[in-house]
Amino acid sequence: MGIKGHLNDTVHVTNLEWFVNWARKSSMWPLGFGLACCALEMIAAFVSRYDLARFGMEVARPSPRHADLMIVSGTASKKMLPAVLRIYEQMAEPRWVIAMGACACTGGIYKNYAVVQGIDRHLPVDVYVPGCPPRPEALLDGILQLHAKVMKEQSLHNPRVMEIKVAAR
Amino acid sequence: MKQEEIKDKLLSKFGSDMILASVDFRGQISVTVLREKILEICRYLKEDPDLAFNFLSFVAGVDWYPKTPRFEVVYQIQSLKHNHRFRVKAMLEESGDNLASIDSVVPLWPTANWHERETAEMFGITFNNHPDPRKLLLPDGWTVHPLRKDFSLYGTKEDTPDLPA
Repeated sequence: MGIKGHLNDTVHVTNLEWFVNWARKSSMWPLGFGLACCALEMIAAFVSRYDLARFGMEVARPSPRHADLMIVSGTASKKMLPAVLRIYEQMAEPRWVIAMGACACTGGIYKNYAVVQGIDRHLPVDVYVPGCPPRPEALLDGILQLHAKVMKEQSLHNPRVMEIKVAAR
Repeated sequence: MKQEEIKDKLLSKFGSDMILASVDFRGQISVTVLREKILEICRYLKEDPDLAFNFLSFVAGVDWYPKTPRFEVVYQIQSLKHNHRFRVKAMLEESGDNLASIDSVVPLWPTANWHERETAEMFGITFNNHPDPRKLLLPDGWTVHPLRKDFSLYGTKEDTPDLPA
């Protein structure tokens, strides 16, 4: 009853925070960005067989200024790391990070001098998707987990404030 | 030309003072030459009409630690004109703080540019008169040489930091 019944159920009453979260998770645009072999599985998740478009994510943005989600798909070498951080810094808030694959999560099989031992040493990772490489279904599951996480965020009362180390250049 | 003929031709031209040794492994002959004469010998290999080694397949380094001399530089060359291949090596040694050094062959084969840069940073070998002696693959600030046998695979925070300081 109340105003909803008065308007013949043409309006939906909710709170602003839920609405903001819903809007954010329903059109979360990933950065078109791949580091290694995991990127191929990410590409497979985009195309029609797995169809990431079902979740409002079909537009991979070439510019970090248009992107909300960075999928770190693959091995981050130490030489590459300053570039990755610089791209992350250029993304507008709110922004999220998925570490895709064993290498992005922990360094994977590359326990050596040249590879960053987990991108979470330098970026605030929201969801980890392990696997070498993870199948597209695993990435989709990780993305849905991220959506669930976004829906729980206090986007207005307690917005995310990120402080990251500024990459030297 | 057969491998044996190439070796004999080199020996008759330069003598055993400059062609120090040769090894025949499964029909592939590699010769070890005097370090100081590498450019001269390579120039002959490239410009002699019967040899005409106009293509450099790769330049690589080898660390024979703890033997002396410690380092070896390998040149694999090919003649597209005559369709024959050959391998030339030179032994190098460090002295104190001075890195091992050898003349660059970029004037003969421009391909050598990046191959020598990689060998230089990975083994700590200086290529004299290299036109572009920057690092190729490693981050600019690093001073270590990861393909040396005495380098720890994991590196250290000081030597191989995640980010430039």
